[in-house]
Parts: sequence; structure tokens; C-alpha cells
Amino acid sequence: MFKKALVLGLAAGLAFASTAMAQDALKIVYIGKNTGNPYFDSITGGFVDACESLGCEFEFVAPATAEATSQIPFIEAQIQRGVNVIGIAPNSPDALNQVLEDARSKGILVLTVNGDITGNEQYRDATILPVNFDIVGRDQVEMVGSLIGYEGEIAILSATTEAPDQNKWIVGMNETLKADAKYAKMSLVATVYGDDQPEKSTTEMEALLSNFPNLKGVIAPTTVGIAAAAQVVQSRGIADKVAVTGLGLPSEMRDFVKDGTVKAFQLWSPYNEGWLAVHFALGVIDGSIKNEVGSTFEVPNLGTITINANNSINTQAELTTFNAENIDEFDF
Amino acid sequence: MTTLRKIFLRREAGIAVMIVLFCLAVGAVKPQFLTLDQLRIILLLTPLVMIGAMGQMLVIVARHVDLSIGSMLGVSAMVSGMLYRYDATWFGVDMPWWGGIPISIVVGALLGLGNGLLITLFRLPAIIVTLGTLSLYRGLTFIISNAKQIDRQWIPSELKGLAQTSPIMGIPWIIFIAFGVALATYFFAMHTRVGRQIFALGSNPVAAPLRGIKVNQVTLLVFAISGALSGLAGILYASRWGFVNPSNTGSGFEFQVIAAVVIGGASINGGVGTVLGTVLGVLLLGCVSAALPLLGIPGTSQAAIYGAVILIALVIDRSVRQQGIASLKRARA
Amino acid sequence: MSTTKTAPAQADSSPVRPRWQTLLIRPETMTFMLLVVGVFGGSVLSPFFLDLSYILRSFTLYSELAIVALVLTMVIIAGEIDLSPAANMALSACIFAWAQASGVPIPLAIVIGLLSGLAMGALNAFLVIGLQLPSIIVTIGTLTLFRGLAQVLAGDKSIRVPEWFIGVDKIMLAGIPLPVVLFIVLAIGLGIVLGGTIFGRNIYQIGTNEVAARHAGIRSARIKSSLFLLVGLVASVAGIMTASRLGSVRYDIAAGGELQMVLMAMLGGTYIFGGRGTILGTFLAAWLLVIVSTGMIVANVLPAVQLVVLGGLLIVAIIATNLIYSRTQR
Repeated sequence: MFKKALVLGLAAGLAFASTAMAQDALKIVYIGKNTGNPYFDSITGGFVDACESLGCEFEFVAPATAEATSQIPFIEAQIQRGVNVIGIAPNSPDALNQVLEDARSKGILVLTVNGDITGNEQYRDATILPVNFDIVGRDQVEMVGSLIGYEGEIAILSATTEAPDQNKWIVGMNETLKADAKYAKMSLVATVYGDDQPEKSTTEMEALLSNFPNLKGVIAPTTVGIAAAAQVVQSRGIADKVAVTGLGLPSEMRDFVKDGTVKAFQLWSPYNEGWLAVHFALGVIDGSIKNEVGSTFEVPNLGTITINANNSINTQAELTTFNAENIDEFDF
Repeated sequence: MTTLRKIFLRREAGIAVMIVLFCLAVGAVKPQFLTLDQLRIILLLTPLVMIGAMGQMLVIVARHVDLSIGSMLGVSAMVSGMLYRYDATWFGVDMPWWGGIPISIVVGALLGLGNGLLITLFRLPAIIVTLGTLSLYRGLTFIISNAKQIDRQWIPSELKGLAQTSPIMGIPWIIFIAFGVALATYFFAMHTRVGRQIFALGSNPVAAPLRGIKVNQVTLLVFAISGALSGLAGILYASRWGFVNPSNTGSGFEFQVIAAVVIGGASINGGVGTVLGTVLGVLLLGCVSAALPLLGIPGTSQAAIYGAVILIALVIDRSVRQQGIASLKRARA
Repeated sequence: MSTTKTAPAQADSSPVRPRWQTLLIRPETMTFMLLVVGVFGGSVLSPFFLDLSYILRSFTLYSELAIVALVLTMVIIAGEIDLSPAANMALSACIFAWAQASGVPIPLAIVIGLLSGLAMGALNAFLVIGLQLPSIIVTIGTLTLFRGLAQVLAGDKSIRVPEWFIGVDKIMLAGIPLPVVLFIVLAIGLGIVLGGTIFGRNIYQIGTNEVAARHAGIRSARIKSSLFLLVGLVASVAGIMTASRLGSVRYDIAAGGELQMVLMAMLGGTYIFGGRGTILGTFLAAWLLVIVSTGMIVANVLPAVQLVVLGGLLIVAIIATNLIYSRTQR
């Protein structure tokens, strides 16, 4: 009985679908990690503006929570909607493999934007990352070094223990500290994980301060972690003793920079990731951009972009540093 | 009656001993755990849970359960956050910094009243209603905020100051507020007619109407209180963490709170629960969360510890109850 | 809770209704009507919705939860509840994946996974039936514990399973994905057990009035224990199926699945205080839930609206079921 209703409805639906298909603007969708995550508002802004200037249809969707599997029904739905390009900030490096493969077999261009499926690169066409992640560790060490006079104990407050991007940066930080004589007087005493939750990050930061009374600096390469660390330092009033830096959102850090709790921190432009993703996707589809390692293309406002190893594309060469002088120029 | 009183006293003494033993054990490994500074850290971890636990304790005493408190916390914090953010745009006036406190409490009370109405009007089980509103109210949080976070710059600094500045001895206001709520709950539960009626209702719902208790009104009140306290916890969340996020704010709150209440000795069979036990339950959980990072135990084991603690508390509760019954029987014989 | 159980009184004296009328006011009928409304609503919301193969593919994403919900229905009819099976799915899948990753051959790893699921069911049974603790709070505790242990075991990383083990959802029987076939077969099997055997009738008896059932010689402790064990076992099957569908396992698979499972049972007209409900109802409700969820997702409806609709559905379903049961007898 149920089947019959379904078949009847199916016929009606097909008639519906055929009229709706008659359109030619390319459809791009970006699937975020979860809704309510302020970071993605800025990326989405880049997508929207680029689609307005180039003429494509854009939609942002995201599951309510950021579990490994919560994006799967959304990818299935976008395949069903017949979109041309899926951009995704993957919640898992491997749980999405099967469904992304389905998407690509239907001719959909799959881009990971702001985070990659490391180790499973064959399931996406290219990845768009804000900077070359190899330099993040180096730059963050230099940042904290300059804040503490290149001398003393430092610690890292990261996201989750297995967060692939953060772990890559932490490896970079360790290598930089060992390799460069400039940092010989700095010692990394602990790496702790706040799981990107404010409560957990706060207790980890408090534990760092009690376990290491001589701590001079903390690197928190995650937006949740740096805000939590800054808040602990602010409420204890020890900004002159412990320097907090890392990667943060200007909108979340503005108050801490203005009251001197945080002298400087870094990030990139999430907006440009969306902007670049749309230009790249449309170029690949109309054939003007070859999705091959080494090929180059022009993007308005960003200049010449090169496709790096593993089909990885970066929006900027260096991290942007935010401090009291420039923080008001950024509205994300 | 005196035998029963002794049992409850023993129960609270038991939790207190557990807290002391736990702290000494951690202190043996990490001496800095036994400092005043650490006490401040532990206390700062507890206010939201303590406030939520007071409401939940009354609900559990009344033989119900409220799973929606985390979502009510989210909605009420978000309403105030939106008003801080858009007060000038919408109304052309600046909301005073304390304005969010009554607003969040009222919003929470209304949401709690919604739970209570569904439960009393349609005679539905609280567990299912609040499982539904857990999802429904969370959705509301997204809708009223248009899925956008309220950033720190919009939360008034005086409000954030409640979690940082102190009237006395370096203990922030927010901790005094939490203990004030606990004290008020104590007087309400032990020394008012309605408070005692909650216990009577929970220990014997069938006999309650015969004793002249207006069951529906008491039930509504209990859920409204649970909502109002979640609302207070909501605005204090904004104070403590300095932001309101539609998806994170308050999520998982119910598990911490229920764990604390059950550990504190409130019986899920209704009629039994004390403010002191609940406060101790909250403090024990606070000690555990503060000790884990100090000992370098990965946060991933925290949930397993919470779960194990809930189950152990249940088993203890049962053996205490059985001993109580046995001793009552002995006393009668 | 036991006191409210008497609300829909067993008034034997009320007049016998005509057969069509009793059929029409069964809760399953309501579920079916909602299903039809859902299908049409979905097709109005999005032109891409009505596609049988898409709906079947979407159902496979929920099939693991739906399979467990069938057994959960029997637990609820027996007057208990189990909120832990979603966490059980995660833990047994993690144990399975961890075992095979550390060199245990897959068949043996599957057995280990199933045994661990069974053990989790046994723990619930021990606490609820052995120690006489309320199942609702016990399973909130075991839910937290199981999920936490999965997190201890797997940490935050995912454990891969071998390539050949991936893709249970890609196996088609007559154009229907295997998990969906399993769901249908299990629904028929459990439907027969619950509706047509003495064991099934005993479950209803226990849920309606446990004391009376025990006086009538029904071994309620044994039956309820076996139901908790069955939930545990089926949850581990579902967990291992999830591992095969995803190709990797993490501690957070099926997170929040308890809400969906309870929702399926409630939407299908299972009475939360026990004694009433059918497998057919849960079967239809699982489809309803998938239709509503995918209908909204494919129409790019905000997740917030989906949360509101799911929560609202649960409350509406239970109000309707209560009303129907208080006006009729089974």
C-alpha cells in the first residue's frame, strides 16, 4: 500500500522535476562542519560574493552538530539535488569516503575547503586551504618567541588529540624549536588538548598554570582554545607574565587585544577561501583551469594561484597577524 | 523517622568523605591540588551545574525528570544575547547590563512552564516530553539567533565581571550567586508549605491529592522553577564564557546536572533529596573535572568516569535504601 | 510511573465498536496517515525528493537505528526503556574495529563485537532486573558509560576497517540495499514473535501489569532480561553494520541515536508506560522519520527547523497515542 502511494507520488514528482531542471546556472553548495559556527559565516561570505559576481547559485548547509557522520545525509541530499560542485569542511578524514566517491561518480566536483581528508585525497578533486600548513608551526613559534623575548617555558593548548591540522602544526612547532638556534632558550614543557570546548580548554589552561608556575607563553592554534586561554589570563590578571597567542578570530579576540590581555595573534582570511573556491570550481568546469599539480590561474584580488602537491591550493602565502593597530580593520 | 534521618545524614557524610579522600589522593600525586588557588578553580567550575542541579533536584524529588534544561539554558541565554546585540537596532535604547538576568530567568520559567503544561494537561511522562523539548528548544535557539553566535564584544563587561570580580576573598560573584540559590532552595524545600508538598507528592503521588495537595499546580511550579534556574544558568553562562553559541551553549548540561543530583543522593523514585547532598554531588564532580587535566588524564575518559559514577551512585543508593528498610523492620520488631 | 499506568482503565463494560472504527483509531493508522502526508509534503518542498532509490539510500543511513528500534519497541511494551543502545552501537563497533586493527581476524573480531554488545545488554539487565533499579536512569548512566568507554578506546581518531569489509549498504537484493532488507525481515520476524506467540503475549502482560503477570506464572524477570540482552546484541550488529557502511569507526557514531530510536517507537504508537504497541507501528514510524528528515534535508531546510519538527513530532505523537489509548481498548 505504501509502495503504491510512493509510485503514484513518484510520477507526480518526476513531472515536477523535469520543469525544475530547465536552468543553466551552475549550482554550488558548501557544507560546513556545523551550524552556528562563526568561522563559517566568513567563508560563506566569500562564496556568496564570488557567486554573485560570476553568476552561479550558491547554498550553505550544515548539520546541527559536528559528529563524524552528521554530514553524510547532507552530501546524499546534494547529490540528489544534482548540484555541480560540493565544497565541504570535512568532519572526519575517512568516514565520508564512500559518499564522496558516489558524488564524484555522478560527475560532481568535490572540493574540501578549509580542512582536508588527509590520507584519503583520492576521494576529492582538490583542497582549498588558507595557507600552506607547513609554515603555520614555524610562524606561531616565531610569534610567541617575539612576545616572550625568545626565552622561557612555553606550552601548547590544542583542539582534540587527533585534530589533523593542529597536529601537523604542532609537529612544525616542535621541529622549528629544535632546528633554529634562535629558539634555543625556549623550552616546550607541555602540549594539552581542550577538545575545542570552552569548559575543557579553560580547565586545561588552569592546569597548565598550576603545573608550570614559570610558564611564559601559550600557543593555542584553535579559535576556541585561544579565547579560553585569554580569558583565564584576563581573569587572573597575569597578562604581563604569560603571553597568549595562537590562531583566533578577530571578532572573538577583539576585546582581549584592546584590553592588552593578548598582544598579537594570527589567522588568515576565511573569506578568501570561499572566494577562491568558486573561481577555481567554475574555471575547472568550463575548462579554463587545469586541475593539475603545477598549473596556475588568475583570481581577482588574489593574484596568481598555483596548484601545489596533492592538488592543494592556498589563498595566501603568509599568516595574517592581528594586533591592537589593525584589529579594527577586520570584521570577521 | 530518626532512623531515616540518620541514613540521609550518613549518605551526605559518605559523599563528603569521598570528596576528601579523592582530594587527598590527587594531592598526594600533585600537591598543588590542595591549594586555595585550586579551590578557586574548582568552585569556578561548579556554579552553572549547581544552579541547574537545584532545579533538577526538585524535579526528581517530585518523581519526574527534566532532560531539556540544557536547551532551556541555550534559549534563555540566546534571548538575552540577542537583546544585548540588537537592543539599539530594534528598540533604539541600550539595555542595562543586568537586563539579561531577569529576561533570561523569565524566558527559562516560561519554557519550563511549557514542559509542565504538556505534562499535566495531557498526563504525559516528563522523560518523553522533555526529550522532545530538548530537541525543540535547541531548534528554537538556532531560529531566534539565525544560527549566529553572539560574540564577546556584545556581552556587557559588567556581566562578564560577575565571573571575574569578587566582593570578598577573591571569590567571584557568580559563586556567591550559586550558593545563594542553594540556600534559597533549602529554605523553599524545607520550610515552606509548597516545598514540603513537593516531597509528599514525590513519595506518594496517589495519596497526594487526598492530603489536599494540588498535584497539577505543584508539578507546574516544579518545572517552572527548573526552567527559571536554567535561565539563570543561561545568563551566567554568558557571564562565565563571554559568548552565546546556538549549538554549544548548554549542550550536554543535562547529563552533568543529573549525574550531580543522583550522586547527591536524590532518589529517582521520588520523595528523597537534599540540598546539601546535591551541593556535595556538584562539588565532587567539580573536583573530578579539575583533577583530570592536572593529572594529565586525557579528557576523553571524562564521560566514562561520569557514567561509572552515576551507576555506582545508583547502586549505593539502592543498598542504603535496603539497609534503611531492614533497620526500620528491625525497629518495628 | 507505575501509578499512572492505570490511567486508561480496562473498562470491559463499554460497548463493542464496529471493526472499521477500531481499525481507524489505531495509532498505526495515524502513523500511516502522517507517512502519506510526509511523502506529499516532501515532494512539495523539493522536486528532488520523490525518487525511490534516493529514499532507499537515505533509509540505509537510518537503518541501523531502525533495526534497534524494533527490539526497543518490545522493551518499552514490557514496561521498561533502554536509552543506551546508540552508545552500545558505538562501543561495540569500536571494540570490533580495534580488535581487527590489532590483528584479530575479521570473523573473530565480529564475534568479539557481538559478545561485547551482549555483555552491555547483560549489564543493563543486571542493574534493572537484578538490582531492581529504574531502567530510565540506569540506561542514562550506561549510555554515558558506553559512549565514554568508546572514547577511551578509540580516542578522537577513527579506526579503519579493511577495504573488502566496506559497503554492506552497497549490496543490493532486488534493488533494495541489504540493511533495508534486514530491517524488513527483522520487522516481520519480530512482528510474528510479538503478535503470534505466547512469549509475545507475555511481554504485553508484563507491561500491562507486572505483578499480575507474575502471579499468572509468567517469568517476567527472565523475559525482561532476555529483551535487554536482545537489544544489546542487535545494537552490536547495528554497530558493526555502521562500521561497514562508513569504512571507519569513531566513538561518536550514532550520537544522539537514542532520541531517534525512542522517536520511532513513540511515533509508531508504542505506549510509554508499557503494555501497548506493535512492531508494525515502529516499522511505519521508521519510514516516516526517514521521509520527514530527508524531505527537509533535500529541501535545504535549516537544521534548526528539523530539530523543532522532530521534537514537536515526538510530543504530538505521544499526545495522540495517549488520547487514542484512553478512548479505546486493545
